[in-house]
Amino acid sequence: MTLGPYGPLGSALVSGVMAAIIGFDGLDGLIGSLKARGYRTMGPVASGGAISIRELKSAADLPRGWEDEQAPGTYRLHQTASPDLFNWAVGAGSLKAEVFPPRSIIWQAKAPGYEVEEISDDVPPVAVVGARPCDLAGLRVLDRALGSPPVTDPAYRRRRDAVVLVAVECSRPASTCFCVSMGTGPSASEGFDLALTELGGGYYLARAGSKIGKELLEGLSQRRARREDFARRTELLARAASHMGRSVDQHGLPEMLVRNLSNPLWDEVAKQCLVCGNCTAVCPTCFCSNFEDRTDLSGTVQRERTWASCADLAYSYVHGGPVRASIKSRYRQWVTHKFSWWWDQFGTSGCVGCGRCITWCPAGIDVTEEIAALRASDNAGETHGEAHLQ
Amino acid sequence: MSGSTSSAPTGGLATSVLSGPGPFTPTVFHVSDRAQEAPDVVTLALKNDGGAPFSFQPGQFNMLTAFGVGEVPISVSSSPGAGPLLHTVREVGPVTRALCQASVGTRVGVRGPFGTDWGLASFAQADAIIVGGGIGLAPLRGAIEQLIETTGLPSGPRRVVVLAGARRPDQLIFKEDLAAWATAGAEVAITVDVAEEGWMGHVGVVTELVPQMTFDPRRVMALVCGPEVMMRFTVQALIERGVLPTSIRLRVSLERNMQCGTGLCGHCQLGPYILCRGGPVVTYPEASRLLHEAEL
Ligand SMILES: Cc1cc2nc3c(=O)[nH]c(=O)nc-3n(C[C@H](O)[C@H](O)[C@H](O)COP(=O)(O)OP(=O)(O)OC[C@H]3O[C@@H](n4cnc5c(N)ncnc54)[C@H](O)[C@@H]3O)c2cc1C
Ligand code: SF4
Ligand code: SF4
Ligand code: FES
Repeated sequence: MTLGPYGPLGSALVSGVMAAIIGFDGLDGLIGSLKARGYRTMGPVASGGAISIRELKSAADLPRGWEDEQAPGTYRLHQTASPDLFNWAVGAGSLKAEVFPPRSIIWQAKAPGYEVEEISDDVPPVAVVGARPCDLAGLRVLDRALGSPPVTDPAYRRRRDAVVLVAVECSRPASTCFCVSMGTGPSASEGFDLALTELGGGYYLARAGSKIGKELLEGLSQRRARREDFARRTELLARAASHMGRSVDQHGLPEMLVRNLSNPLWDEVAKQCLVCGNCTAVCPTCFCSNFEDRTDLSGTVQRERTWASCADLAYSYVHGGPVRASIKSRYRQWVTHKFSWWWDQFGTSGCVGCGRCITWCPAGIDVTEEIAALRASDNAGETHGEAHLQ
Repeated sequence: MSGSTSSAPTGGLATSVLSGPGPFTPTVFHVSDRAQEAPDVVTLALKNDGGAPFSFQPGQFNMLTAFGVGEVPISVSSSPGAGPLLHTVREVGPVTRALCQASVGTRVGVRGPFGTDWGLASFAQADAIIVGGGIGLAPLRGAIEQLIETTGLPSGPRRVVVLAGARRPDQLIFKEDLAAWATAGAEVAITVDVAEEGWMGHVGVVTELVPQMTFDPRRVMALVCGPEVMMRFTVQALIERGVLPTSIRLRVSLERNMQCGTGLCGHCQLGPYILCRGGPVVTYPEASRLLHEAEL
């Protein structure tokens, strides 16, 4: 069974795994049952004026009635009378932090022998309730960058293999979202254990996408999903897709960017860019990291790994100075890596269209607009590329 | 109506722990010998007590940890085989200073080998030209030794030409090796940018030596390592002698910030390349199209 333009319900459904309608009590039961199974259960809460991902005690923690307004450089959250729990788009936090901690100790060694002892994180497995479709896509991108041969990041793999994902499809995207043009939302068709669609009136269509998702669903109070429930889902997703605030034209995009490496438009955006690194920190797919050693008074050395950003001057440092000294070159690295070189390196786009980098840019730089401007200049036949690179 | 707990989590953290040392975990070696090459350059022989022999190909590098200071990429400067594992380090900052100061017995962390090698298998019957500027001679040393050993063999080169450049005579590294290579049949030429009293050799940049060397441009395999400008001008000089600029027989080794060696930290990107994996050795046509764009 397919659902109009939103693809199949997932191959899991075809092979008999079920879908059902659950209510608020079912959602609460789901959270309780994840906790009972030993999962550190994370989900969205309205806190400090934004939707953040925090540990949940129960479904009562979910952000009932909260709605967000997002625009370049702006994020606002306001309370409404709506009983809906998921009337918001992504906040600054993504699934990245759950599978790739911002700071970790890799190993330690004690003087004078320096026998190296690996530090493996013994955190409990994590379940995330309320993961958005673009975040599921972000994980698939990280899987390629960190979680695949030839060299697999063991800490990433460990957390990733253990994580349980309860996705919630989007019925109210933000103005900064462009998942439709990136092919990652607003529906969820793969990569979840359970996917929920908030149908309104306190009802959720729940679809299982894995064995554990099916087991979880079977344990919840529920009723059968009917044809009209699926029709309602289709309608909600169609409306969300048509309310997408932004888009990026994918046609020949990797080549277009490489053709325009010397376009003076990069200098224009560099005048506004503060190279603060917000865009890379909030991006669900930026995977770069720094490795640094620390020694304490007892002579124990610890190697620490932290998130890194190509916006930093030190990022590209080699003896003699940074390779990317200008702001222009650093902004260009970010955009060309996301939308062009990522294809060469990992066979996918590095952007999933979540819009976070637009909202959380203090200068309000909008990557979709920058790409559109480059495209317009390219179409006008102003060639700024390096023939060398084509 | 909370859910039943019919089975344990399918993938708990405890059940999926990978075995063996992780990719970021160094093996502890110790300095078994050291040689001062120049005032700021030291060659360290590293030994892994009881460990298996370290296998690598010339051109590859290791990540070396000076415990308590940090970890940096350093090329292997020995040739594969029975001899000790050598790294030749120039002191330019905190980590390289600690490595250069390491005395015999000092523990050094080793991860590797990483990256592409010089691809010596394709040197059969070639005229091998090896050009090293400054510390750039270090990643070439193992290749030179291996090429000299196989000269004249069906799998080896027809001849070996070595050009070495240094800023000043006292900064020239591998002085004894250069003499030994000449004795072993290689054509060796040395130049310094600035002469000092007693220097009898050539003065000028290394590219000036290219016109006077004996080789057939159609059979050239060139390996070049040094500062980016030096590599560009060297290749230019070879092209002027008739070597095709598009030839993949011209190879260079590139330097970028490298913090993991495994393709996971992102720092070594150069356009489509992750250089710790797709480099550091790349063909000149590849390198030139990427280096042409400033600050890529
Ligand atoms: C593939 C490759 C092979 C190399 N082979 C040799 C060799 O055989 N001999 C040799 O003397 N040098 C070699 N280098 C250069 C050497 O890695 C740098 O000189 C060294 O990293 C400088 O570190 P530092 O702390 O001593 O100095 P600084 O330049 O002061 O560096 C300070 C800090 O910056 C960072 N940093 C600077 N340069 C690099 C870099 N390239 N990669 C990662 N981090 C960096 C480090 O965190 C370092 O601790 C090689 C570099 C590469 C990429
Ligand atoms: S580049 Fe921006 S829109 Fe794309 S995935 Fe990253 S944060 Fe989201
Ligand atoms: S955009 Fe920058 S920080 Fe993000 S993955 Fe690429 S190089 Fe790393
Ligand atoms: S050195 Fe970390 S990705 Fe290449």
